[in-house]
Order: sequence, then structure tokens, then C-alpha cells
Amino acid sequence: MGSLAQREGLQDDEDKNSAFTWEVQANNRAYNAQFKEKVFLCWRKKKYKTNVIRTAKYNFFSFLPLNLYEQLHRVSNLYFLLIIILQSIPDISTLPWFSLGAPMVCLLFIRATRDLVDDIGRHKSDRAINNRPCQILMGKSFKRKKWRDLCVGDVVCLHKDNIVPADMLLLASTEPSSLCYVETVDIDGETNLKFRQALMVTHKELTSVKKMASFQGTVTCEAPNSRMHRFVGCLEWNDEKYSLDIGNLLLRGCRIRNTDTCYGMVIYAGFDTKIMKNCGKIHLKRTKLDLLMNKLVVVIFISVVLICLVLAFSFGFSVREFKDQHYYLSGLHGSSVAAESFFIFWGFLILLSVTIPMSMFILSEFIYLGNSVFINWDVQMYYQPQDVPAKARSTSLNDHLGQVEYIFSDKTGTLTQNILTFNKCCINGRIYGPDSEARTRPKENPYLWNKFADGKLLFRNAALLHLVRSNRDAAVREFWRLLAICHTVMVRESSDQLLYQAASPDEGALVTAARNFGYVFLSRTQDTITIVELGEERVYQVLAIMDFNSMRKRMSVLVRKPEGTICLYTKGADTVIFERLHSRGATEFATEAALAAFAQETLRTLCLAYREVAEDIYDDWQQRHQEASLLLQNRAQALQQVYNELEQNLKLLGATAIEDRLQDGVPETIKCLKKSNIKIWVLTGDKQETAVNVGFACELLSDNMLILEEKEITRILETYWESNNNFLTKKSLSQVKLALVINGDFLDKLLVSLRKEPRALVQNVNVDEAWQEPGQSRRDFLYARRLSLLCRRFGLSLAALPAEDPAEDSGARHRSEVLQERAFVDLASNCQAVICCRVTPKQKALMVALVKKYHQVVTLAIGDGANDVNMIKTADVGVGLAGQEGMQAVQNSDFVLGQFCFLQRLLLVHGRWSYVRICKFLRYFFYKTMASMMVQIWFACYNGFTAQPLYEGWFLALFNLLYSTLPVLYIGLFEQDVSAEQSLEQPELYLAGQKDELFNYWVFVQAVAHGVATSLVNFFMTLWISRDTAGPASFSDHQSFAVVVALSSLLSITMEVILIIKYWTVLCVVTVLLSLGFYAIMTTITQSFWLFRVSPKTFPFLYADLSVLSSPSILLVVLLSVSINTCPVLALRVIFPALKKLLAKEEKVEEGPSEDLFAVEPLPHLYRESRARRSSYAFSHREGYADLITQGTILRRGPGVSSDIASESIDPSDEVASSSPKESHWHLRKMSFLGRKKRQSQGQVSSLEVQHLPTTSSSFSMDRQSAFHSENQLAVPRYVLTSTSRLSGSFWEQLPRVQERPLSPKQRPPSEKLLLTKERSCSHQEKPPLHRESQLSSSESQPQPLGSQSLLSGQLTLESQPDSSEEKSAFLKPSTPLWKSWQKEPLTPKEGTVPLPDKTHKSQVETLPPSLEEPSTSTSEQPMEVEPWPAEKQSSSSMEWLLVPGEEQPSLPPDEQSLPSAEVTKGQQ
Amino acid sequence: MIRVRPPFPSPFSPPPLSPPLVPPSSPSSLSPSLWRLQPTFASCQRPLAEECPASSALQRRRLWRSRWWRRWRRRLWPSSGSCQGQPAGSLGGPPASRGAVPRGSMAMNYNAKDEVDGGPPCAPGGTAKTRRPDNTAFKQQRLPAWQPILTAGTVLPIFFIIGLIFIPIGIGIFVTSNNIREIEIDYTGTEPSSPCNKCLSPDVTPCICTINFTLEKSFEGNVFMYYGLSNFYQNHRRYVKSRDDSQLNGDSSALLNPSKECEPYRRNEDKPIAPCGAIANSMFNDTLELFLIGNDSYPVPITLKKKGIAWWTDKNVKFRNPPGGDNLEERFKGTTKPVNWLKPVYMLDSDPDNNGFINEDFIVWMRTAALPTFRKLYRLIERKSDLHPTLPAGRYSLNITYNYPVHYFDGRKRMILSTISWMGGKNPFLGIAYIAVGSISFLLGVVLLVINHKYRNSSNTADITI
Repeated sequence: MGSLAQREGLQDDEDKNSAFTWEVQANNRAYNAQFKEKVFLCWRKKKYKTNVIRTAKYNFFSFLPLNLYEQLHRVSNLYFLLIIILQSIPDISTLPWFSLGAPMVCLLFIRATRDLVDDIGRHKSDRAINNRPCQILMGKSFKRKKWRDLCVGDVVCLHKDNIVPADMLLLASTEPSSLCYVETVDIDGETNLKFRQALMVTHKELTSVKKMASFQGTVTCEAPNSRMHRFVGCLEWNDEKYSLDIGNLLLRGCRIRNTDTCYGMVIYAGFDTKIMKNCGKIHLKRTKLDLLMNKLVVVIFISVVLICLVLAFSFGFSVREFKDQHYYLSGLHGSSVAAESFFIFWGFLILLSVTIPMSMFILSEFIYLGNSVFINWDVQMYYQPQDVPAKARSTSLNDHLGQVEYIFSDKTGTLTQNILTFNKCCINGRIYGPDSEARTRPKENPYLWNKFADGKLLFRNAALLHLVRSNRDAAVREFWRLLAICHTVMVRESSDQLLYQAASPDEGALVTAARNFGYVFLSRTQDTITIVELGEERVYQVLAIMDFNSMRKRMSVLVRKPEGTICLYTKGADTVIFERLHSRGATEFATEAALAAFAQETLRTLCLAYREVAEDIYDDWQQRHQEASLLLQNRAQALQQVYNELEQNLKLLGATAIEDRLQDGVPETIKCLKKSNIKIWVLTGDKQETAVNVGFACELLSDNMLILEEKEITRILETYWESNNNFLTKKSLSQVKLALVINGDFLDKLLVSLRKEPRALVQNVNVDEAWQEPGQSRRDFLYARRLSLLCRRFGLSLAALPAEDPAEDSGARHRSEVLQERAFVDLASNCQAVICCRVTPKQKALMVALVKKYHQVVTLAIGDGANDVNMIKTADVGVGLAGQEGMQAVQNSDFVLGQFCFLQRLLLVHGRWSYVRICKFLRYFFYKTMASMMVQIWFACYNGFTAQPLYEGWFLALFNLLYSTLPVLYIGLFEQDVSAEQSLEQPELYLAGQKDELFNYWVFVQAVAHGVATSLVNFFMTLWISRDTAGPASFSDHQSFAVVVALSSLLSITMEVILIIKYWTVLCVVTVLLSLGFYAIMTTITQSFWLFRVSPKTFPFLYADLSVLSSPSILLVVLLSVSINTCPVLALRVIFPALKKLLAKEEKVEEGPSEDLFAVEPLPHLYRESRARRSSYAFSHREGYADLITQGTILRRGPGVSSDIASESIDPSDEVASSSPKESHWHLRKMSFLGRKKRQSQGQVSSLEVQHLPTTSSSFSMDRQSAFHSENQLAVPRYVLTSTSRLSGSFWEQLPRVQERPLSPKQRPPSEKLLLTKERSCSHQEKPPLHRESQLSSSESQPQPLGSQSLLSGQLTLESQPDSSEEKSAFLKPSTPLWKSWQKEPLTPKEGTVPLPDKTHKSQVETLPPSLEEPSTSTSEQPMEVEPWPAEKQSSSSMEWLLVPGEEQPSLPPDEQSLPSAEVTKGQQ
Repeated sequence: MIRVRPPFPSPFSPPPLSPPLVPPSSPSSLSPSLWRLQPTFASCQRPLAEECPASSALQRRRLWRSRWWRRWRRRLWPSSGSCQGQPAGSLGGPPASRGAVPRGSMAMNYNAKDEVDGGPPCAPGGTAKTRRPDNTAFKQQRLPAWQPILTAGTVLPIFFIIGLIFIPIGIGIFVTSNNIREIEIDYTGTEPSSPCNKCLSPDVTPCICTINFTLEKSFEGNVFMYYGLSNFYQNHRRYVKSRDDSQLNGDSSALLNPSKECEPYRRNEDKPIAPCGAIANSMFNDTLELFLIGNDSYPVPITLKKKGIAWWTDKNVKFRNPPGGDNLEERFKGTTKPVNWLKPVYMLDSDPDNNGFINEDFIVWMRTAALPTFRKLYRLIERKSDLHPTLPAGRYSLNITYNYPVHYFDGRKRMILSTISWMGGKNPFLGIAYIAVGSISFLLGVVLLVINHKYRNSSNTADITI
């Protein structure tokens, strides 16, 4: 993804390139070479590039001219070149040639050297790449050649671990079905293995080298383009056409893995390859200081021109006098006054060109470079686990790091680790969270019974495990089966371990969880998936994989089970899945509630659903699918439509929840950054609840914040906009802590103008700042509770506006939009935290652009994924985290970090230092230039404005090169005002950078004034003292005068640098001494007799320094000047801060109490709980994998695993035998409710439910209800998740026994008993008899309203709460919104009392368990919604309950112990 | 001189100049303890820092040296130097000047850093494969450093010292300057009453005028005789350029073919001008003679020394006569005199050591003045004996051969007689300037003292000024 403009361009590009103009014939270089393209007029070149890569800019001959040309392109260099040219004109030449020429040549040389070094590196790498070996089919055999020899159409042989030299069509490989595994680390940074597959036809035909040699296929495809993930083409061979896509293509830069040999035909070579087409230019960002620097140089230039004009005019007046009266001069003035003045103007321009700091640019480049290198070197920003040091990819943005005011952060992978762990699931409406953490970690892994388990799963739920192993619940079975089947994970074995290579971490977590629970995804082929279900290997025939994409938000797999039935397994976002459900029952409601609970806990959720597809429906669909997949145009849309047809009438299985952990140190970092007045906005594609919760978790949001949402924002903005009144002043808002939570849709509505014209990003809109003062407050602002509070906060400053002029109609609309935007940004920037959810990458970029547009501040975007690229590019500073989501963010970023918490150090230490350094550098540089060079102007007043230079030419030439450079460079590279530790301890220091305090126009003026003052002192002190004196110790002659002034200047600026350097190291002393030493040495040399003899004109100051400075009285003059320059500055430096501090202290004393007023008042936490709890899609998946799988043949099986399976697997005949008719499955599914209920009552998992049982009249509805309740309340606090790992070993040891505790007969109602026996029989026989199922299904298949009513009645009997009636009314209506509102409303008041779960739940845990342990009915009668965290209660209580009676330790029931064997025997039946 | 800021700011900074609160090490500004030895050096150096919790300055100095040595040695030979893993938290850091610094904070920092690093403490470069940056002081920007903070307290001694030094110097210079006798006689002759008024018209050649003056006090020691010109732009750019240093240095080719810079005073009547250029052409050519008019009316001529008035380097290095035989005229053969000159260059003086280009009057003239009003040394009047003043008080007459017109450009011509001191001629300004600067500096010191007094009462945290 590029920036906005780039994106548009890309689309145009795509349209253009869609023509199939690229034709390549295999093994026919002559044919391919005939294609030419017009380059210029009639000069044509070959259309197909060779595989030679040249990234180097220059070659041996072109270096000098090209480099010079490039360098002189810079305006400043060009200017100086012009000056030097002017200088060669004798009439206006005021400075000797070397004064400007030497520095210029030096600078050019330095830069050229740098370029040269860079280019040599490029040459080397080019050569290395071009000389990589490869095997090309030449004639009849493969010959060892180099990459450079490769041409389009060649057939290449690649071996394991080779790098693909060009974009090639995979022809064949030694793998089954010509599969070829590639690693694309170099391309997208993804470390997982991908596979490419050859066409069937080439796979079958090209089996020998001979056949390869005779291969004459022609590939027709699109012209080279930069789309890495798309390729359309076709292979024509033997008069037949075969379509090609990206799955057949090996891209340059991939590495062949796990494949012995493969053969490919080159389609794109060299710069035509997709990776090379992607090597775009680096977008150049410039810093504020850089821009300011340029502006200031322009300012200086303009002032110099003006001064020159003034001086030239003055000369015009005096020249007449010279001509007429000064007879000794009149001979020198030949031309007219005007001409003389004109010449003298240029003369002055040359003379004063030294005032323009030419070397500043190149020095600042070095400083930027040095600071970047220091960032790279910082061992404290090195992330050991991933071996990632911090890296400054852009070397010109360091000072911006010290000025950041806004951080736009991605959430996933940036604030969070993006390590996902399976944390919870909801099967059939029942939530299985991790077991209580009260026990320590078990010594024995509960998953050991399953030899495929990787044992790393932290999720432990004994009940669920038991349930799974008992294999009685069809829903549970289907649930895990779905997880094992419906995915695009690829599997690989290494050392007898299955290794899953998932496209997204979510999927990996899910499949791994399934694996540990006994549903092991073993292998896949193109059309089959083999899984081991509880030890039994089953092969599912994959009929179709309907891939994920961001529109569909789901993926489905259509499989034919071993039994022969066709089943569609779907997983996806709750919204899309719920739309497609067959029915809505209690399970669905319960699941929805569970989803809400999951979302509340920052868990990522997915809904799982399935559907059985009748054979005829499938046949029909298959046909349409076939048609759609053969379409050449709009294939994707057609396919989606076809997919959608099948994905209807789904049955909900449950939901999964995956935990996304915070990175280390994120809350501390955010706290610290907030202290340094950096505003952190979280922009995430994730859902609101998750984002808000992460916000709370990382302390971005806090309890006492007023969280504004859409409604309020709209309201406020309207007021703002209508009133045209700047009530959102800092003053009014600073009194209350605000936080904004908005989502993408809202942004879309709000930010119209930006969306319409992305160009607006560039220009800054000038909105008139002069808003009117407030009038009166608006009354309708009081309409709601929350708003009333708002009003109380803003009330005073709210204002009704002077009516707007209707006159300005045309501009009004646009203006209003702009105003609205501006208002929004103002509002947002006054908030403590802003969280934008569900924003697209484009919106992320827009937000950044918006802030940049209205607040001229430095923005920083940090992210790790491809979706952050846009934002990273838009922001002033882009930081990429070298995370797990690939390298795209890193490749587009300016800085690369290993962890989010390093941002603190990057900004507060390196950023601040860089800023301080560059500011000091600039300030001092301007001062230095002025102090030394302004003297020329003063001198001009005394020499008749004849532009006579004061200084010796060599002093001018070397001053900026040697005499004064090193200390400045030291400041730029090493200066530290405070140590790194202090910077981190006092984040307030960072404020200076945000406010541009250290360098701005004012500072510049100060520096210039200081410089001018210094130059005045130096010049006039010398002048007054030497005036009209003569004699042995006098310096009235020009040379002595120049020497004295020069030495005074040099020493003055050296004193200044000594004063401003705060970090004195050995290096610093060395630099200062070196500069002065250079002065001594170089003056001695340039004033030596030898050089004078060589060229008296060039070295006229023969022994001037020596003669002048040997006199003590002259040294006294120098000392006087230096003291006059230094002392007052020193005094001011000391006095001002002291005074400031005194004043500040006085103010503080005055203001102290007023601040407290606001701090004390706590704000009720209003908002968080009233939000609609909709969990949604959080699946960081990418599309395209399904195609790889369905079109690629399948992965081969690893020998180890396959042998394992072979030894264990049952005969295929048994499988066939065990497969039952399709209908049975359907009934099984319907059984799931009963089965689950039975299981619950049997297993005594939940004391809660057990307690329900006696009180219910209808066990059926009761079960539903209780399940529902529990789901609704299963808002397990976060700590439970983490605590799973700490479960006690003893518990796990006891688990199997405990689970099997038989129910006491009392607790088992008669109906339950009946069902139990049925279920038992089911589990024993695996396939229950049909007639029993039908009985049950009749009761189950009641119409939905009835079901809900019965549920309600049950609820009413249970709940004596007043608001139950409310719920009832809501409940009776099946419509979703009301359902939502039901969910929403009752919770509001309670959570008001328990505002922040994170903080309070701990105490709750401490207090709750005792009460819960008493198994009284009161617990069950308590309305579940009242307690915010009943799940915890439940889980903990159940654990307690399980542990305490654990002493009994009844022996395992025989059926459970013999379960595996029973299954095997069943299978054999 | 300047107090060192402790590496971590103590909650209060002890105000200087108040003995009880000054940390014991602060007066020794150059003691090694003033270098900020940052606690977080290469991990390997931890044991070193710990070796010696010394308190005496001597020990500290030794420790510091040994640290430096080991540090360098380690950098040069990384394998040398033992590395004992010691608990990071116990690092005391530099023991000096840290009295007020809470140790805990330092240790804490160090710990925190170690946790972040997490690496092996004894391998500065890490293992070969990792991309871990080197943990060296330079790369981690932890070079031992001295971080002076300019506060009123630290700076005010400087001002007092400057004041104390400058005022005596100023007084000395002022007194010396006042003791210098100087007399200036303007002989431009623009006033009708002036004896030289007659010489303004170009017709009178040669014009000799005499000006009488009286010395009230006798001039002791060597007396310098200057001529002074006003409104004479010797620093005019083209004028300054209009010379040929090669020619003046005796280069024979340049003698006959002067540089183009000399235009239009390069050639005259097809002959190269020696010395060429505008400067030489406009050489001051008045002749001044001084007579003491004693009691008897017969004036006694005062011996004026022509030599020793130019810079030694000019006379002996920069200016040389063209090579050739003994006869100077021979050496200048083929050249012509500057247009305005009355005599050719080889006839400037009878003394062969003061003739041609090395004529000191000429050399002095060729050293162009920086300002339009200038003096140039004309003659030396050497003291004859210790008993008699060089120029006793009395009446003198100045005989001027008036050749040099300045009234065209409103210039003035002066003759100055002056004694000299160690610091040159009369120059009251320098002394006054020194006294002024010294006094102001002293005043600033007092102001700072006041501020420091207030400042100490107000806030004590080490502020960061940039």
C-alpha cells in the first residue's frame, strides 16, 4: 500500500497493465529477442530485460560528471558555484579565489566521497547478485551459469535453498504434484513456508531434461508490474491453453525450501521482476528544523542582497568623490558611477557570500548521520529475543524525534505482542474458560494422552478435555473438527513434530488448540485433509475452500466426510456468521453473550458454524462454482457470490476467543510518554471493545476519564460549528480529562473534505483564528445525562453564536466542512486519549494527515503490519516494529524498533538529544557565521564602500573548514545536556522540543543579534584602540588590523562554544584544541616565506600574525575583546534562568491551589459499560491461501508422521463401515443440546447449574437458561487467563477422577436421568439409533419463539428482580436491536459501582469466593446480570468444589477408562 | 571554578559559596572526580567500578587512572581483563562527589538497564552471530564527561576574578598612556594663517614652510616621529590591490613586467614602472626636518633616524631589491619611476641599505593603513644619553618640504612626536576600556551574588539550561 496518491496511481497502473502484452516462449532466445520496444525516436531496444541488475548510480567514467551534476543541483551549491564564477571576473572580484573555492571544493569532495563509497557498495552487491550461480538449460543439458546470463524464456534448474533468480513459471519439481516450497522472508518478511505448484500438464510431461529441452510452451501474460500477489497469464503449449496465476510463479528473491529440485521458466527477468518493480523510491521526509534551516538561509540571502544594495548605493555616492578629489584613486575608477556601483554590488555579494553558511548543510548531514548511527548502536534498544537492534533507516529525521507531539499507534502487534493463545471457547452456548489459577501448574501435561499434542497449549480446562475425550457431544466434536479442518494452515514435520505454518497467528492458535484437544490436523493434499480425531485418522475430501477476505470476513471449507456426507464448515466474524444462521435460539443468544464477554476481555473472537449440504444442492452448486472459477473477468466477485449462496442456513457451533497479550512495558512507556506531553492515539482495525480494553490495559484510558463517543462528539462539534465559536479552548477542556472513542464509519462521515480531496493533505488550510467570544450557553445541551455533565464542564464557555452570514454561500459549505474537521481535531487534541477503532489503513493515514493539517505538529506513527504502512508513510516520523506481521511496515518506516517500549528511549533520549544537538548546532552556527563575517560590513563603512575584504583570504577559506568546525561538529554529535537516565526520569524535558523552544525564529534572531554584537565588539574595539596610532606596537595597518580582528573573532566564538557545550569529554577538549591548533598551524603555513615566494599575491600576509601577536599590548586588545564578548553573555545566561525560575516559583505559589481543585474532583465512570457489546471479526488473515491449497496439490506427508499414522490407522474398510448415513449426523447435531446438558449434569462441572436443577420444572428450558445465564456472565476477568498457567499440579492430577464423580441421585431429575442414559448409550455406540434421535428432535424442533418463551418463563421463576420485566419485554421480541438493548441496559447501573474491572476484580476475587463456596440456592436465585464477574465466581467456586471433595477420589468409571479402546473396537465393528 | 553537576540531580543542589553545603570535592575543578563516570559502562567494567569504594582524593585519582587504562586496554585487547559477574545492583558508581546523590537511584537505573539488556554481562561484543550492538562507552554515548552547570554561584567567582585582574591592568595602561608625551602639529596649511598655506598652490615648487612649536615638557627616551594623514583611503579596495609583491620582492621578471593589478600605474611611456601600482605612486613625499631653537637664534637640527621604522620581516623578507650588481641604478635598468614621483626608486636615499625597494619610508608606506585616518612612522629620534632628555622642553621648528597635496580631498597632514612605552604609543582608550570592563565585571559579580542569594532560597533542583 502506498500513500494515497500512490495508491491512485497504482490503480491506474493496474488498468493499464491488464493487457496481456507479454509473450515469452520457452527455450527460444531468438524468438524472445525479436520483441522490441520503442525508446526514443527510431531507436529501439529489446523489450525483455536481461537478468542483470544495476542499482549503482555511476560507473568509472560517469562518476565525476554525474556526481558533480547531482551535487550542483542543490540550490546552495549552485549559488556558490555562481559566486565563484562571478569571482573570476576581476572587476568585481573582492575575495581571492581560494576563499570560496577551497571550502566549495572541500564540500564537493566530501559529498562525492560519500556517494562514491555508497556506490562502490552498490556495485559490490550488484556484482555479488549478478554472479550468483544458477543452472540454465543450454541446448540439451543444464549448465552452470550466472544470474546475469539468464534471459527471458530460459529454463532454470533450482535446488534446495537456492534463491530464485528471476520471476519464473514453475514447470516441475521433484515433489509430488510438482509442488515447490518457498520462503519469502526477503520479499515480505514472512517466515512461514509457502508453496507454489506447477501446472498439472507440465508436471506430467516434463519429466526429463530432454523433455525440458524440447519444451516450447509460450506464456502470455500481463506486462511487468509491481503487484506481488497477483499474476494472470496463460501457458500455450501444444495448442492448448492453461491458465496461470501467482500460485504457479516463483518470484525472484524467494528461497527454495524443502524441495530437492525444481525447474522453472523465466518470465520476467532483471528489473522486470516483481520484487524489483516494488523497489520504489524512498519517500523523502524533511524535518521542521530542516525546513526552517532552509528558510533561514533564504532569509539570510535576502538580507545579504539588501545589504549589498545599500552598500552599493553608498559606494555610488562616495565614488564620485573618489574620482574627483582623491587623485591617487581617480586613476583606478575608469567607468561611470552607475557601472561602478553595479560592479560593487556584485563585489559585495561575493564578499558577503561567506555570511551564508554553506558548510552548515553538509555538517548537518554528518550530524544526522552520526545521530542515526548512535541509535543503531544503542544496546538498550536491542531486542534480544528477536535479535533486532534499533535501526534508523532514514538518517534525516532525528531531530523530529525530539519534537513529537502525537503518536499514532497501531494496536495489534504494536501495543500487543501479537502472540495469540487460545484462551476460551464457547461451545453450544457454554463457555469454557481456563481452569482457575488457584492451583499451581500441573507437573503432568493433561494433553499427554494425545501423542500429537505439542504440549505448549496453556489453555487448560479439565471439563472440556474430559468432554472432548468422552466424545459424546456432537457439538463439541464438530467444534473441534471444524477447527481442525477449516483453515489454510500448512503442515510440515521436523524431527517427528508437526509444525504448523499458519497464514495468521489466529489460525495457528486455533489449529494448535484443536491439535492438543485431540483433533490433530495431520496433513493436507489438494483435495483432502487428514485429521486424527481422538486417535482415529479420518480423511476428509475437500470439495472447496472458500477463502477469507476482508469483505467476506469468513472462510468456509466444504468437505465430504469419510461417512460420505457433505458438510460446510465456516468460521468468521460474528456479524457475518449471525446473519447466515439458520435459526436463532438460546444457543445463539448465549453465544452472542459469550462473544460480548470475550470482547470485554480483549479477546479476539471467531464464530464457528457448520451446515450439512445435501448431495443435490452440492451438485448444483458445484457446477456454478466451476463456471465462476473459469471466468476470466470478475472471477473474484462471481466466486464470492457463489460462496455466499452456500454459506446460508448455518448452524452455530460456538465461538473461540484468543488472547492477545500486551507487550512488555507498554503501560509504563505510555505513562512516560504522556508525561512528556505526547498524545497517543490508537488507531486500530480492531473492534471498539477490544481497543478500549487494550486502552485501559495499557493505561491510556483511566477511570476518571470522560469517554466521549459518537453522539457526544457530533453534538459538541455541531455546537462548535454552529456557534463558530472557539469554546474548545485549552482552558475549558483542561479541567476535565477526556477521551475519545470513535470508529471508522464515524470518521468517514466526519472527514468529508479529506476523503473528497486527498490533495488537501498537502496544503494547510488557513482557518481564521479570530473566533468570537462566547455569548450564552445552549440549553438543549442538557438533554441527556451524560451531556448534562458535559455541559457542566463546558457550560461556561459554551456560546451561542452570532448568526452566520448567509451571504457567503459557495464557500460556506466547504468552510463548514473544514470547520467541522478542525473542530474535531481540536476536540480530539484536547483529549487525553483517542482511540479509533475499525479504521482502514487509509483512514489511519487520514487521521495522521488531519492532525498534521490543522495542528502543525510533529506526528509519529508506529505500527508493525502492512495495514500501518500508509500511516507510517504519512506521518512525519514512521516507526516500524520488527514484529511478526511481516516486514512491510519496517521497510516503509524511518526507524525500526524491536519493541514498543523502546519508543520511550528513542524519543526521550535519542530524539531529545538529536533535537538539542541540532538546535545548538544551528544556533551556534548562525552565531558563529555572523560573529565572524559581519565584520566585513562594518569595515566597508571605513573603506569607502569599496568591498575590500578585511580578513586574510586564507582565514576566510579555512575558517569554516578547520578553525571552527570541529567543536560545532562535536556539539552536533556528542552534546548531552542531561544524561539518558535523567531524560527518562524527567519526561517534562521533552516539552522544549514540542514547543520548538530551542530553535525558532526568535532564537535565530537572538543568535544573529549575538553574532552581530560580537562582530561589532571585535571590530570597533580594535578600531578604537588602533585608531590613529602607529609605532612598534601598533596595528593601524590593514594586515595587523585584520589579524587582530580575526583572532578576536576566533577566540570569541571558541569561548562561546566552550560555554555552550554541556558535556565535556576528552573528545571535546581535543576538538577545541585541534581547531585552535589548526589556526596556529595554518596561519604559520600560509604566512610563511616559502609560500610567499611561490606566490606573493596569494599569500600576502607574510609573517603578519607573528609580527603582530608578539606584542603584549596587542594580546591585551584581543583579551579585552574576548572578555567583552563573553562576560555579558555568561552573566545573562546565568541571570535569566535564575529570574525565570524565581518568577515561575512565584506563579506556582499563586496557581497551586487552583489546580488542585480540578484534580480532586473524581469523575464518575460513565461510559464504558453502556456500550453495545458486539464482538466481531478479529481475524488477521490474508486471503489467497485457499487458492494455494485447492490449486496446489497437497503437501506430502512427512515420512515419520505417515508411518506413525499407518501403524495406528484403521483400515479404510473400517472407515467406510463406520460411516453412517448422512441423516444420522444431522440428528446428532440436534442431539447436541441434550447431550451437552446431560454432560453438564453428569460431570458436575458447575455447581451453579447443579443448583439450578432441583428448582426447575422443565429441565430442558432450565438448562438452556442456565447456560444462557452463564454465558451472559462469563465475563471472566483477564487475570484468569494469565492464571491458567499457574494451575496447580495437584488439580490436574486429580482432574480425571474428579470429573468422573457420579452425580448424587438427588441432584439428578428424572428427565435428566432419561437423557443421561440415552446419551450414554450414544457415546458407547458412537452412532445412536435413529429412532431415539427422532424422538428427541421432535422436542427440540419447536419453533423458535416458543423456545424463547419457555426460556423466559424459566427466567421469571428464577428472578425476582424488578428489571426482569424489562428483559422480558425485550425478550419477547426476537429482533436483534432489542436483544442488544436488553444486553446493554441492565448492566449499566451495576458496573457503575464497579467501574474498572482491571483494578477491582482482584479485590472481588478475594471477597467473593467464600460466599460462593456455600452451595446455597441463593446464589442461583441471584440475578446473574447483577454480578459483573460471576464467571469468575463460577469457575473459582467450581474449582473449590472440585478440590474439596477430591478426597473421596472415586475410581474412574470403566467406560471412561476404556474410552480409546472402546472407540477402536467401535471402529472395527 | 564551575561546579560539577552530579550525574543524577539530587533533590536539592547545594548552593555554592556556602561552605557547609558544598560537597567536599567541588572546589577541585580539575580533579578526576569531576568527570562523570557514568555507572552504566560496559557491563564488563562493573567489577572495576566496584573495586574501590575509596573516599580519599588520591585514591580516587588512582582509581580513575586505572579505570581509564583498563578501559583502553580492554578495547585494544578485548580478551584481557577479568570479568567476574557481580550483582549489578551493588555498583556504587564513581564514589566521588556523590555524597548527596542517592545511591539507590543509580543502582536502580543500572538494574533496569541490565534487565533490558539481558545479555551476558561478560561479552561486550556478544557472540559473533547476534546483531547486538557493542556495549562500549563511545557507542553508548557514555564517555566519561564533565558537565558543568552555569549557575550564579559557580559563575560569580569568574566575574570577580576578571574584575580583579582587569582593573589593575586598566589602571596600569591608563597611567602608562598618560605618561606618554605626544605632540601633534597639523601642517596641512588650509588655514590662511598657516605658514604652509602658500604651498597649496601647485605652482610653488619646491615649497618649503616652517612651523614653530614649543614643547612644554621634555620628551624622555626614544621619540618617534610620525606623519599622519586623514581622509586618505589607503584601504580602498583597488588601491590596496594595486601593487606587485613579486616586483617588490626583487623578482626580475616582475620588475620588467609588473602584474596587471598595477594598472593603470603599470607602465609609463612603454617602460614598466618600478615600483608599480597606485600605492607606490601615491607615496608620501614630504620631507620633515626638526630643529631645536635654543636660546641662540641658530636652530640646532635634531638627528632623525631613517632606519628601524619598518617591520623587520618587511625590510628583510618581503621587500628586496632586484638582483644584479652593486649599482642600484643598474639593477633597476629598464624601468621608469612612478608618475607622481620626483626621483626614481633607486634614488630614495643615499644609504644603499635604505635605497630602492628596501627604503624604509617606502616600506612603511606600502604597508597600507586599515583606516582612512592613520599615522605612519617617519623617523626615530634616539636617546643619546641617560642624562639629557631626547627632546628637552623648548621651542622647535618644523621644516617641511611640502610636496604632498591633501587639500584636494579635504585631507589633513600632521606631524606627531611621541614617546613610547611598553604598550606602544599614547592610547588612553585601552586603559579606560580595561577599567570599564573590569568594573562592569565586578558589578555583574555583585548582581550574581544577590541572585545567588535569592536563588538558593528559592529552588534547588539542577536546572537544565541550553
